[in-house]
Amino acid sequence: MKRKIVLPGSVVGDMKSKKPGRGTFREGDTIYAAQLGILNDRGTYVSVIPLSGVYDPHAGDTVIGVVQETLRNAWMVDINAPYPAFLNVENVPWRVESGETAKFIQVDDVIIVTITGVDESRSIDLSMKCRSCRKVEGGTILDIQPSKVPRVIGKNSSMLSVLKQHTKCWMFVGQNGRIWIKGEEDNVNTLINAIRIIERESHTVGLTQRITKLLGG
Amino acid sequence: MSSHDERLSAVKKDYLVNLAKKGKRLDGRGPDEYRPITIEKHLIKNAEGSAKVTIGNTMVMAGVKLDVGEPYPDTPEEGAMTTSAELPPIASPTFETGPPREDAIELARVVDRGIRESKFIKLDQLCITPGEEVWIVFIDLHVLDYDGNLFDACSLAASAALQDAIIPGERLGKGENRPLPLGSPPISCTFAKYADFIVVDPRLEEDEVAEARHTIALDENGDLRAMQKGLTGSFTVEEIKNNIKRAQIHAKNIRKLLEE
Amino acid sequence: MLIKDGIRMDGRKPDELRPIKIEAGVLHRAQGSCYLEWGGNKVMAAVYGPREAIPRHIQHPLKAVINARYNMVPFSVSDRKRPGPDRRSVEISKVTSEALEHVVFTGLFPRTMIDVCIEVLGAEAGTRCAGLTAAAVALADAGIPMRDLPVACAAGKIDGTVVLDLAGDEDCEGEADMPIAIAPRTEEILLMQMDGHMTYQEFEEALELALKGCREVSKLQKEALLRKYETKNEVAP
Repeated sequence: MKRKIVLPGSVVGDMKSKKPGRGTFREGDTIYAAQLGILNDRGTYVSVIPLSGVYDPHAGDTVIGVVQETLRNAWMVDINAPYPAFLNVENVPWRVESGETAKFIQVDDVIIVTITGVDESRSIDLSMKCRSCRKVEGGTILDIQPSKVPRVIGKNSSMLSVLKQHTKCWMFVGQNGRIWIKGEEDNVNTLINAIRIIERESHTVGLTQRITKLLGG
Repeated sequence: MSSHDERLSAVKKDYLVNLAKKGKRLDGRGPDEYRPITIEKHLIKNAEGSAKVTIGNTMVMAGVKLDVGEPYPDTPEEGAMTTSAELPPIASPTFETGPPREDAIELARVVDRGIRESKFIKLDQLCITPGEEVWIVFIDLHVLDYDGNLFDACSLAASAALQDAIIPGERLGKGENRPLPLGSPPISCTFAKYADFIVVDPRLEEDEVAEARHTIALDENGDLRAMQKGLTGSFTVEEIKNNIKRAQIHAKNIRKLLEE
Repeated sequence: MLIKDGIRMDGRKPDELRPIKIEAGVLHRAQGSCYLEWGGNKVMAAVYGPREAIPRHIQHPLKAVINARYNMVPFSVSDRKRPGPDRRSVEISKVTSEALEHVVFTGLFPRTMIDVCIEVLGAEAGTRCAGLTAAAVALADAGIPMRDLPVACAAGKIDGTVVLDLAGDEDCEGEADMPIAIAPRTEEILLMQMDGHMTYQEFEEALELALKGCREVSKLQKEALLRKYETKNEVAP
């Protein structure tokens, strides 16, 4: 199987047989790629799977954030998006008195949060009331390109299983390209190395098998 | 360069500190291990000398230009040199456009001192007419990719560009072109300290958590020619002495790269 | 004498480009980057963003702001240039930003800015074209959504002959220079500057040549991007 790389402005289909999907645009009857990426035209829609780019926040995503500022009734959180995100005291699992936000989560703390909404002015609301939400303690955070997140997870989490199983590490992959890793030091290094390979070779075929082999599977 | 507003998250910082307690580093290097270093010379036609140096992912371009000017009144028979550094926004999301900030100025001055005090450029051979005309050597450092340890990368790039440089006598109507008269280059070696752990060649994350920094420029005999302690932390006397001894070993190896 | 028997001082024919080399994704810190050599020009371009536009007063409520910064390093030219922006580089930055803004889907990222850094490391006539061409590759490498991959090239006049892509002495002693940038798919003009003296006839000829040059450079841009992203091992070894 060959993956076709398309560039901004490449013709990727026409309106007679396809509908324009993500990463494309139409002019007249022609559909063009809006972004560098892998062409996906298997269904009714033709779309481009990006190979680079910033994190595009969506409601429902679970992400790893770094607290930037403690406000009276909220925390301002960097979630690696082009816009600031806010975690209101009403959306945390504890009762926080006004002005006491820093008692619970401080600047530079790392938290796992879900995005509850992105409004029209692109202001992002966060919540910590989800199962995997928590303040991150121990381990380390690895930053990868957000566009590579789907490859690190794999189809039906296949890559994630391989990585966890063979390195015996705990890992949580945020949709925004931040990965929390916890485990024995040598294992962590092995895991980081494997993730870097996935990131670098994300556009190639047979990656899961190669990573399995690399990790001694 | 801790004054950039980029901070490590608490989790990353703790991880680095915990590794440090075991004498380990983020990328598996030992405390006395440099990242791979590459030096490329003679890249820019309009420069009298140029070089690109990479240390790991850090990439710096250095260019040398010469011009004719007046000597300083106290050294009427010597040429002059000046070193500038820029930290342009291409190299890091935290670098800004505009006049050099104090980080860039400190960087340029430390590099300058190493070159000047080791008498790498033979300024006494750069006189054209005593008291009237001498050659002025401009060293410009341009950071293109920032992944820590700019002091060593810039120092090395400056030395390599000087080795590549000619005196452009023909262009400026001052006789024939000839190589820039040089002695032996200074070698700069930088240490960062965090959590009582002192490492050579700090990469970005190590630069960011560093409490103290120590740059040592040595001549070919391993003698000291310039030093700079930076940042708000401190070193013990023993640590400083030890850094110098460690630098003497590193400098020998790095010097070979410049001689190739 | 800049041209003799239809051959230019560097051996090129009137409609020939200087040698061009393009490499995508060369810097580790930037989101997208490109290194480009075009004759004696050596240019590095990088893209950061979209990210929150700072200071806030530059934010646009409906779209991203393209903030291109063209800079010549002090040793890129024969007489050392003082570091920092001058009037020329401010103007080039402005027209480059405007040209790039036309192709970027800026409406997708209101209130943000996209920084495009262009560093001219070595200069030999035509740096704005080299810079814009490199910037376009860096934008694509950074995954910025665009309706096309812009490209630039100049044509001009030397010794009464209309020629493509003026080099060193041709630029200094020639009679006219006209850099353009286009969206190659539609051949819309995104940037056009001109100085010197050309008749309307000569302008038409120069425009044709510049468009031809753009088409050739556009191919090289695309090849560079595909080289970075297309894999050699399609099947697991």
